[in-house]
Amino acid sequence: MIAHAIFFYFFSIIAILSAIMVIVSRNTVHSVLFLILDFISISCLFIMIGAEFLGMMMLIVYVGAVAVLFVFVVMLMNVSEQKLSWFRGSKKSTHIPIGLIVGFVILLELIVITGGWKYKDTFSETKFLTFDKDFTNTHLIGNVMYTEYIHLFQISGIILLLSMVGAIVLTYRKREGIKKQDYFRQVSREYEDSVKLVEVEFNKGVKLDD
Amino acid sequence: MELFSILYNEVYKILLLLIPVLVSVALIVWFERRVWGFVQKRRGPNVVGPFGIFQTLADALKYIFKEIVIPASADKIVFILAPIVTMTLALVAWAVIPFSEKMIISDINVGILYVFAISSLGVYGIILGGWASNSKYPFLGSLRSAAQMISYEVSIGIIIINVLLCVGSLNLKDIVLAQEKLWFVIPLFPMFVIYFISALAETNRTPFDLPEAESELVAGYQTEYSGMMYAMFWLGEYANILLMCALGSILFLGGWLSPVDIYPFNIIPGPFWMIFKILLLFFIFAIIKAVVPRYRYDQLMRLGWKVFLPFSLIYVVLTASFLIYFDLLPNK
Repeated sequence: MIAHAIFFYFFSIIAILSAIMVIVSRNTVHSVLFLILDFISISCLFIMIGAEFLGMMMLIVYVGAVAVLFVFVVMLMNVSEQKLSWFRGSKKSTHIPIGLIVGFVILLELIVITGGWKYKDTFSETKFLTFDKDFTNTHLIGNVMYTEYIHLFQISGIILLLSMVGAIVLTYRKREGIKKQDYFRQVSREYEDSVKLVEVEFNKGVKLDD
Repeated sequence: MELFSILYNEVYKILLLLIPVLVSVALIVWFERRVWGFVQKRRGPNVVGPFGIFQTLADALKYIFKEIVIPASADKIVFILAPIVTMTLALVAWAVIPFSEKMIISDINVGILYVFAISSLGVYGIILGGWASNSKYPFLGSLRSAAQMISYEVSIGIIIINVLLCVGSLNLKDIVLAQEKLWFVIPLFPMFVIYFISALAETNRTPFDLPEAESELVAGYQTEYSGMMYAMFWLGEYANILLMCALGSILFLGGWLSPVDIYPFNIIPGPFWMIFKILLLFFIFAIIKAVVPRYRYDQLMRLGWKVFLPFSLIYVVLTASFLIYFDLLPNK
């Protein structure tokens, strides 16, 4: 039990400290790295409460895919050193008021949730997963997700698909004159229609048709 | 006190796994160089020790005594962190690999997800190394590598789904035991081929070694590294290759099970078969490095997204419909 407590405090302290460091650190790449550390320690906490499937999903999806894209964008946009003028420039910054408003709203929401807000009893029935020692929690989550919540699951899939299509449409530009490899043309090219012998007149040269 | 005895037992088990893994990394590097040598009609390393078997040890000694140079404009902490991350992740994943029914350090329910998660983290060592070097070639190499590893991870994930449909459990031991009657390489042979090619891309091996393409990028993300830090990258890389081979033999070749369950084969202990299968896969890795030229970058991306991904998705549908139609689904 003591070991459990030690590990819990170890991971939670790392999670909180790295969350603070995400905001504090001046180098953007370092912020993203602290964000990754935060994700990892949160997934360790998930594993400690016995939700190993969620913990692994956290690692695969957030650390293995989302955070890699963050690192990518931050590195490519070359904003690694934030200048101080970003905060206290000559012209007034709009970031701080907006940030304060968002923070205030999130704080209010947290107060509402933790401060004993009650739905009507008939509003919705919250179902809890009953832990059965015979099944792993992957089985349990699968059983609930693909039976009772199948529609919500499918709808969230469709939303993701739509946003993917949207992102591709927004960034797709049809460009003229790019050289593209066409495998079928390449393979189906024959000797007869690609090589021919031409009699070249002296001092005139020859004009090829393509 | 009880805590200490648990700790002691675990440390003992971990050392018993990690030291053989590190030694076998050294040996397979020698083995690989010999294979290239024979493919290219030369001898390969044959001077240090019998058949040159201690060549890697000599190389390692050389790396240890070399000076570690840290570029002046590098991000020092991240620069040092990158090889450590690579090597740690490559070794950590071995915790769940079963060598026989008893020989496994930690038998967790989500073993395959754990291995997949760790191998998807492996990209960080390379990205960090390339970025922290603060130099053009390493940066280009690390960007290439990140894009490549993410693309091929997707198809590896879907191949794993194919296998899991036939097993009904995420536990690596259950995956092996489900192959007692029939190895998955037979019904899922196309998936095995795609897994193997994706594993080549995932570990940045030829023909997909664009991140360290020496003709374009010097040595990619490793350009600025020297001495022991370079050796750590390199150890991590080979430990990762071994891990991919181990995962391939667990998913498709029946792990520690013997090929046929008849007398002379089934008295040979399981770990032997496991190691034999890993070495067999590694031998194919080595041969491929010796005979196949490097891909172009757009061909690599096309292969990952336009060929492997749709094909393995279609195969998931096929496998699932087959299992449902013939009522073969595990744990109903």
